[in-house]
Amino acid sequence: MIIDILLVLMAFTVLILVRIRHLFTVVVLSGIYSFLMATVLLALDAVDVAMTEAAVGAGVSTVLLLGALHLCKSEEARPAHKPWIPLVVSVSTAALLIYGAMGLPDFADPDAPIHHHVVPRYMQNETDVPNVVTAVLASFRGYDTLGETTVVFTAGAGVIALLRRRRKPDLGTDGK
Amino acid sequence: MLDHFGYVVTVFLMVAGLFIVIARGNLIKKLIGLSIFQTSVYLLYIVPGKLIGGTAPIISPQFSVYSNPLPHVLILTAIVVGVATLALGLALAVRIREAYDSIEEDEILMRDQTADASEGVNT
Repeated sequence: MIIDILLVLMAFTVLILVRIRHLFTVVVLSGIYSFLMATVLLALDAVDVAMTEAAVGAGVSTVLLLGALHLCKSEEARPAHKPWIPLVVSVSTAALLIYGAMGLPDFADPDAPIHHHVVPRYMQNETDVPNVVTAVLASFRGYDTLGETTVVFTAGAGVIALLRRRRKPDLGTDGK
Repeated sequence: MLDHFGYVVTVFLMVAGLFIVIARGNLIKKLIGLSIFQTSVYLLYIVPGKLIGGTAPIISPQFSVYSNPLPHVLILTAIVVGVATLALGLALAVRIREAYDSIEEDEILMRDQTADASEGVNT
């Protein structure tokens, strides 16, 4: 199945990404990962999410990361010691999560609870907008979107507050 | 196990992101790990919403089975918030680079310690 192949490709990309220390390569790999994610989402019928992920996840994020790389060093230092403790933490977290995931409903099970709560009502097309995702985003869950806009505004204000400041005269060699 | 393959890959991506955040000292690499962690959650939400034979949730008389639209809405919000946190984190990393001339966690900690030590000598 195409979804499984794409998922394996994504896992492979991330495996390479963990090991590589040249940061430009890492950024390009994370762009590839985002495009693979967008393709998986398209195969899972989430067209709006796939479009947003391709534009924002693969586009804007990569541009932001490249901009930050331009201002910083582009090589990661060699780790001082083998990361055994993080490895143990990660593997035990993975074991717990997989144990929990086995209790979830099977893939594409039409009797799963997720399909029987509020969704049948959303599907009745009360707002006369054929795209249900738009209807839920702007009408049923409009306050969520307002909160999202607040988060984005706060983050934008934070970025401006951090990067816009008086330049000190003795700080001339940072590559800008 | 095969029915839950999507969840297994999701969990792998999640802990790979977690591993990068904990084990790697470079701040930009850490942020990429964080965004992989966030991205894996998209799969955790979208995979259960899929129905075999379903189509994208755009109402049309030609189709009768649609995939679940609710996770799509929640994840649209999550993507935008994810890029906002990434931008804020990168701005912090750039400021740290200007103040410490490094984005490696070890070097930053070492500089802080030597600064503290010299302060202790002065007072």
